[in-house]
Amino acid sequence: MRRHLTRHTLDAVVIGSGLAGLSAAIEAARAGSVAVLTKLYPTRSHSGAAQGGIAAALGNEEPDSPEWHLYDSVKGSDFLGDQDAIEVMCEDAVRTVVGLEHMGVPFSRTPEGKIAQRRFGGHTRDFGAAPIRRACYSADRTGHAILFALFEQSERAGVRFFPEFQVLDIVLGDGRCRGVIALEIATGQVHVFNTRAVLVASGGYGRIFKTTSNAHASTGDCLSILYKAGLPLEDMEFFQFHPTGLYRLGILVTEGARGEGGVLLNGRGERFMERYAPAIKDLAPRDMVSRAVMTEIREGRGIGGREFVHLDLRHIERKVLEERLPEITAFSKLYMGIDPAEAPIPVEPTAHYAMGGIPTDRDGRVLADETGRTVEGLYAAGECACLSVHGANRLGCNSLLDTVVFGRRAGAAMRPALEELPRGEVGREDTSRARERIERALNSRTGERPGAVRAELERTMMQSCSVFRSAGGLTALAGELADIKERARFVSLQDKGRRFNTELLDALELSHLVDLAEAVVHSALARTESRGAHFREDHPARDDKEWLKHTFVYKAGKGVRCAYKPVAVTRFQPEERKY
Amino acid sequence: MTRDYVFRIRRFDPEGEAVPRWQEYALSMEPGERVLDGLLRIKETLDGTLTFRRSCAHGICGSCAVMINGRNALACQSLLGDLPGRLTLEPLPALPLVKDLVVDMEPFFRLNELVMPYLINTEEPPERERLQAPGEQLKVLQSITCIMCSCCTSACPVYWSDREYLGPSALLKAYRFIFDSRDRAEGERLRKVANPRGLWRCHSIYNCVEACPKGIDVTRHITEMKRLAVRRRLRG
Repeated sequence: MRRHLTRHTLDAVVIGSGLAGLSAAIEAARAGSVAVLTKLYPTRSHSGAAQGGIAAALGNEEPDSPEWHLYDSVKGSDFLGDQDAIEVMCEDAVRTVVGLEHMGVPFSRTPEGKIAQRRFGGHTRDFGAAPIRRACYSADRTGHAILFALFEQSERAGVRFFPEFQVLDIVLGDGRCRGVIALEIATGQVHVFNTRAVLVASGGYGRIFKTTSNAHASTGDCLSILYKAGLPLEDMEFFQFHPTGLYRLGILVTEGARGEGGVLLNGRGERFMERYAPAIKDLAPRDMVSRAVMTEIREGRGIGGREFVHLDLRHIERKVLEERLPEITAFSKLYMGIDPAEAPIPVEPTAHYAMGGIPTDRDGRVLADETGRTVEGLYAAGECACLSVHGANRLGCNSLLDTVVFGRRAGAAMRPALEELPRGEVGREDTSRARERIERALNSRTGERPGAVRAELERTMMQSCSVFRSAGGLTALAGELADIKERARFVSLQDKGRRFNTELLDALELSHLVDLAEAVVHSALARTESRGAHFREDHPARDDKEWLKHTFVYKAGKGVRCAYKPVAVTRFQPEERKY
Repeated sequence: MTRDYVFRIRRFDPEGEAVPRWQEYALSMEPGERVLDGLLRIKETLDGTLTFRRSCAHGICGSCAVMINGRNALACQSLLGDLPGRLTLEPLPALPLVKDLVVDMEPFFRLNELVMPYLINTEEPPERERLQAPGEQLKVLQSITCIMCSCCTSACPVYWSDREYLGPSALLKAYRFIFDSRDRAEGERLRKVANPRGLWRCHSIYNCVEACPKGIDVTRHITEMKRLAVRRRLRG
């Protein structure tokens, strides 16, 4: 490696160029110089794969109110969401979507030219009475449409981009965040960014599971970096499985398909969701539908007794499929050889969204512990962050809303910091440590290949820590993980080069994935109840007396330590969750 | 049912080699698997030095654009069953080679910046959304599906001969805003493309249309801009 070290001095660094990072960057750029670091190119963030929509009580198709949206989100979260934060999100939703439209997002339209809206899981009117049209969408490429508009406007706002930069460290010290160390992938050079403030918006980590809708890049690098540095992660046991992933591939088939009238069928041709959620059936929240699908499969009612069910869109007009669901129509044909207008699509639950992440307050300030102490100069937003607005289960279309609302709030909250905070300095010892890590990875000659260890991690997580969990399975998994972690430490690489060494990146990502898996498994083992996406077969009931609280998991020596924080309950008292 | 495939890949190591070379890998794969699955399998089991880009794996991020049997395409959207048992994989042509199947995307993204690729409307924004009838949106519907994978521009013979040419992708981006009923910078943007380095350099060769993994008729969009420019008497 060239010993040369490139230093950059900027007011703020945003890590990640998805919806949250770009929303924040546009806001922050009004107060100072902002750099966005991404390990991909900005238009390639996983936000672009979001299909179905963004929730807002616009009331364009039928009467709606932010209060109903609030109630749905609280109930959807299985009462683990912080209601004060959810209220901020739902109140800001209309302004947010209108703002995106003004930036150029091509939302699908009603005949009068207003933003069109469709049904989605868990969206109801009158506090759960019946499904409602609340999801604003751009066919089934809503994330792509918003991502491009935000990227375009952030370039216009003068944000500086550093594409294909892999973050190696976020430097903390003296009670604050001082900067970022990153690897320029193309050259192998190490870059140092001295800044006043850092915002982490690096997305999710679905790649801990074998079957996932997440991009290969979704490996949770920055969560793991902060976790290793001693900061807590919140609610890691809550990982959402989306009920309709394309069979075997895990590629997402949007809930919008059910919003447009699609139904799930089991091997006997039955509409089985009627038995699990009699009021809203196929539009029940994702945790319930995922469990229902898995139950059908486990009890032998998968298609032909196999491990999938059918998503049936055959009764929907071909014109509607082509206009509103063109992407899923195209990839069903490509990958499954199925025309959804003529044959049902084979689907199974797929790991989709991390409800847990870096704990923050409503302005994106990162919390140092469960008491609410913040880390000066450090912010987080988007899927990597945990507010928590999604609690134990996120409703469809609330993630895009979360990223933009809280990305923007974090960006705005950074502005005074950009004027007041002194600029941080990344020290020589910090960069030496990052460099040593690379050297160690490049010079190891005895271990396994990173891909082999990662496959083992994905398999075990899928087997014992997905839709259904139990003490026995999780305990065994914790043991296996300790072993996998050891193997991950000593992987050896065949690519010894400096330039564009993607095998080195694989090794770095693997070290992050095993850390996050450990946080998930230990948080899940500790929570002896079932709530939202966390379902314990040995504790099938929700236990509000003991567990109406958020988990804060810390690294402690070779293991982990869990602490807890109460849920903010303001408007709605917990009630039994029925649909 | 698996079949035997040979992946013949053009390799280049910037740190050890002066010129690219060919290397072959034999794999047993199912016809329903993707070319990207093959690349991942080679990297994980046969040769960790093989370098390529990938991310979403279902045709929305554009990372894995490469040349497959002479055609620019996304590796994640190309099924082995649709291809012969012997595959030739090369990096996209016309962009600077970085390593193996990875090219430098910077020149491509720079071209895009030249057309003011963002919605411009300085009128006081209304309280609610700006209205746009479905018919008006229809004009830009294909152009907004572009994922900027660069398959089109690097398939364009005009771009091969003139790297200052805006190329199909940047021109499509200009179209996307010129024909958006909410944009107010039509004239300015049109002047940026109606010049010898832009619209008039397109010879309607249709390679871009053939290469586009999203099925966008890029040439039709360029032709419509040419018509508009002629109507506006902008000949460069």
